[in-house]
Amino acid sequence: MQRIGVFVCWCGTNIAGTVDVEKVAQALSHEPGVVCSYNYQYMCSESGQQLIVNSVKEHKLDGVVVCSCSPRMHEATFRKAAAVAGINPYMVEIANIREQCSWIHKDMGDATLKAIILGRAAIAKVNLNAPLYPGESPVVKRALVIGGGIAGIQTALDIADAGYEVDIVEKTPTIGGRMAQIDKTFPTLDCSACILTPKMVDAAQHEKINIMTYSEVENVKGFVGNFTVDIRRKARHVREDLCTGCGLCTEKCPSRKGSDEFNMGLKKRGAIYIPFAQAIPKVPVIDETQCIKLKTGKCGLCEKVCGVKAIDFAQKDSIETRQYGAIVVATGFKPISLENFDEYAYSRCPDVITSLEFERITNAAGPTGGKLLRPSDNAHPHTVVFIQCVGSRDTSGCGKPYCSKICCMYTAKHAMLTREKYPDTDVYVFYIDVRTPGKGFDEFQRRAVEEYGVHYIKGMVGKIHDVDGKLLVDASDLINDEKICVAADMVVLATAIEPSDGARALATKLTASMDTNDFFTEAHAKLRPVESPTAGVFLSGTCQGPRDIPETVAQAGAAAAKVIGLLAKDKLTTDPCVAISDEMLCNGCSCCEKVCPYGAITYSNKEFRIAGKIETRRVASVNPAVCHGCGACTVACPSGAMNLNGFSNKQIMAEVDAICK
Amino acid sequence: MQEIISVMKEKAAKLLAEGQVRCVLGWKRGEFFYESTPAVFESAEELEELVYDDFCGPNLAKYLIRECAKEGKILVFAKPCDTYSINALIREHRVDREKLYVVGVECAGNLDVNKIRAKGLTGLVGFEDNGDTVTVKTLYGDETFEKGELLLERCLCCKGKEHKIADETIVLNEENTKTVGADRFSEVARLEEMTADERFEYWREQLSRCIRCNACRNVCPACSCIKCVFDNDDSGIASKANTDTFEENMFHIIRAFHVTGRCTDCGECSRVCPQNIPLQLLNRKFIKDYNELYGEYVSGEDSESKPPLLTFTQEDAEPSIVKERGNC
Repeated sequence: MQRIGVFVCWCGTNIAGTVDVEKVAQALSHEPGVVCSYNYQYMCSESGQQLIVNSVKEHKLDGVVVCSCSPRMHEATFRKAAAVAGINPYMVEIANIREQCSWIHKDMGDATLKAIILGRAAIAKVNLNAPLYPGESPVVKRALVIGGGIAGIQTALDIADAGYEVDIVEKTPTIGGRMAQIDKTFPTLDCSACILTPKMVDAAQHEKINIMTYSEVENVKGFVGNFTVDIRRKARHVREDLCTGCGLCTEKCPSRKGSDEFNMGLKKRGAIYIPFAQAIPKVPVIDETQCIKLKTGKCGLCEKVCGVKAIDFAQKDSIETRQYGAIVVATGFKPISLENFDEYAYSRCPDVITSLEFERITNAAGPTGGKLLRPSDNAHPHTVVFIQCVGSRDTSGCGKPYCSKICCMYTAKHAMLTREKYPDTDVYVFYIDVRTPGKGFDEFQRRAVEEYGVHYIKGMVGKIHDVDGKLLVDASDLINDEKICVAADMVVLATAIEPSDGARALATKLTASMDTNDFFTEAHAKLRPVESPTAGVFLSGTCQGPRDIPETVAQAGAAAAKVIGLLAKDKLTTDPCVAISDEMLCNGCSCCEKVCPYGAITYSNKEFRIAGKIETRRVASVNPAVCHGCGACTVACPSGAMNLNGFSNKQIMAEVDAICK
Repeated sequence: MQEIISVMKEKAAKLLAEGQVRCVLGWKRGEFFYESTPAVFESAEELEELVYDDFCGPNLAKYLIRECAKEGKILVFAKPCDTYSINALIREHRVDREKLYVVGVECAGNLDVNKIRAKGLTGLVGFEDNGDTVTVKTLYGDETFEKGELLLERCLCCKGKEHKIADETIVLNEENTKTVGADRFSEVARLEEMTADERFEYWREQLSRCIRCNACRNVCPACSCIKCVFDNDDSGIASKANTDTFEENMFHIIRAFHVTGRCTDCGECSRVCPQNIPLQLLNRKFIKDYNELYGEYVSGEDSESKPPLLTFTQEDAEPSIVKERGNC
């Protein structure tokens, strides 16, 4: 029997307001093994912790039960206090009488009774606790950044500047991401490429940064400080080590049917292409679905014109395996598909375009050389309608329930730029609400209305009809309470954004959690916003939720700071609460191995001496460095051979028994 | 039947003589004609005792665990439903496929001696299977019944007459390849329609007859733990069952949980229960549930697939749905 001390916290009135703490301390003092029981206003305070330390010494305690807030809040605090008092920190149990009791009950009697029961369960458990000792694991001093947009580039630069190696894995042929497609940036209207491309060059030239474009993460194993990642280097068919980026091959390629992804499909490109002039690396890639040589065996023109023999039709995908201490997800976003929004006639009318397509049309390097020309007949549009919240804040199920956050600002930017360059053009913006919080943002939107004469109309568009070359936009004007119809030459849809393709598959590989919209979730919405709940995985940019460039860059730096903090350590302490297998009970059935999400369990044949005879048995063993202590194996094991340190089957049973007493 | 036994004996004797197998796992006559027991045969002489008839109910799969721990190959005779259990044990690495020579034997359905006794017959001395009818011979004369009236519960809702694993099969009568089985889950559905209180009462009454003889556990091919949690003093479970009658009942519920997704519904638990507790219903409730929640899964249909409770997919039912359904 252990000597247990019980410490009931008031948490000011948080607990004491609904729980009779005096009564709880009194009731728990009679439980088996309890030698002292106290209540105190703030147990987590300096003097509260001192009370615990003093009691451990005075009463020679070897187990401590703290009835307080969630263990997520202060378990670490009380474990430290126990260590100061000279007992093993894992001899502390928390009974959560705040989140799971006082906060959710109104009746003092009920809440007090429940607090006593929760305390009793913790006492029953601590009776079976045994000291545990954390292990150590080394840290690989290299980070992986998945995604080479502005988020990934900034994170990589910040980590590399601190002196650590960084690999950027980018699935497209170049880094740069969405920001490279954008023309001007709000609210200062500086050229996007002018501020992005120097950063791309910095990343490419940084001695600590290694860029792997046209590559994807195939498989992730390991744990914080020790990830092993397989990276698929997709066959580019152009050797990066030889190519000089002269671009002759891209000019000579006779295939011209490929859709130019960088220009949002508004242009065609060759089968061998460089996405854009400032691409990094400036090495072309062959699109296997378009290349005549790869499809039919004939052609090979690019190979003939290449002076440095860089074309390699035989190249195959290869897998590169590398070790990392930390992983940053910076996979970005894409506009949603508009197939559910037929009323806007996007698929029928070429002059109905998305905002990202509008960016390309207004960009000097875009399909129209920066002139505002509509796609159907290359004519200058005289009336342009912008529709906001296309698929955002949509609870009908057709779009996304969330606000895409960036659309109000870029629509104001588009409207303003249109009016500035083409004063003869009428510009309408239909909106639900205009949301422009941010430094200089509201002023920017007001300028569009007040100085540039953009017609902002509160109301949504019901339908767009294509009649005699005009786009008739049926809408409601909620302020004047009337139905209106605008005859437009061009319509721009502020399309909602969603996480990039493959984000969920990546989350599964990383065992990182996601919300229902496939945005990566952070470890704590307020206090740990750039960390994933999976240790060693960090979040940067729009993979976590819609945000603009300044926010993305800020978050990228924050994620880098967290990574640097991790890589600066030589060793990490590992949680001792991991699974352990009792080989004498193990059947070798592999149930645990099948259910383990971390691949921490392996089987081997071992010899045992049983009742004098030597017997070979297939038994499970757990790699404590890989185990996360989730406990799935302990539930799957039919014979009870799997146990979790600190949460053994017996301890849990004891808790249940104490509750059901 | 005589015919198939001679084919089986010939096959087994040949493989034994050639040294291709070390032993043969089959059935031999018990004290009475309706008691066939599992037996290991190691020579042609011993094989003389091999029997195969409508009373060869015992599923031999579990005995392979012990035999596989020894050197050499084992010839095992398997009814179609036994092959599911063999696959399940291969999946769990309890038996080694390399050490098996599985001979699938045709099955005409197994008879339930309790159903014969329930007809009021005593002094049983023999029987004759006439296909659709069975003639039971007693000291006091013969009586003929429709076969369906005397079949074991598991044969009334037979899973199929196909052998899911076999190196060769012996099928002499084409009639024995046809499956005639009723819906396995109709009785479960009836229990689900009860109110929670009615259902609780139903099970309390059924399980109150349990004498904890452990026959169900000992015969179950899925309950093959080296040390059962109920025999392990250190598990904290073993002693609990004795504290009150309700916890005693929990034995069966815990056992059903332990075999969920692993149980092939071979029905041995019900067959051997001396108190006639319909234990198969507990297993079938779990099978019905995971079929509905996680998609159809037949344990033992193959030896590789992962049982539903050991997999996680995006399509899995959310816990709230499981809870909601659990309340029905």
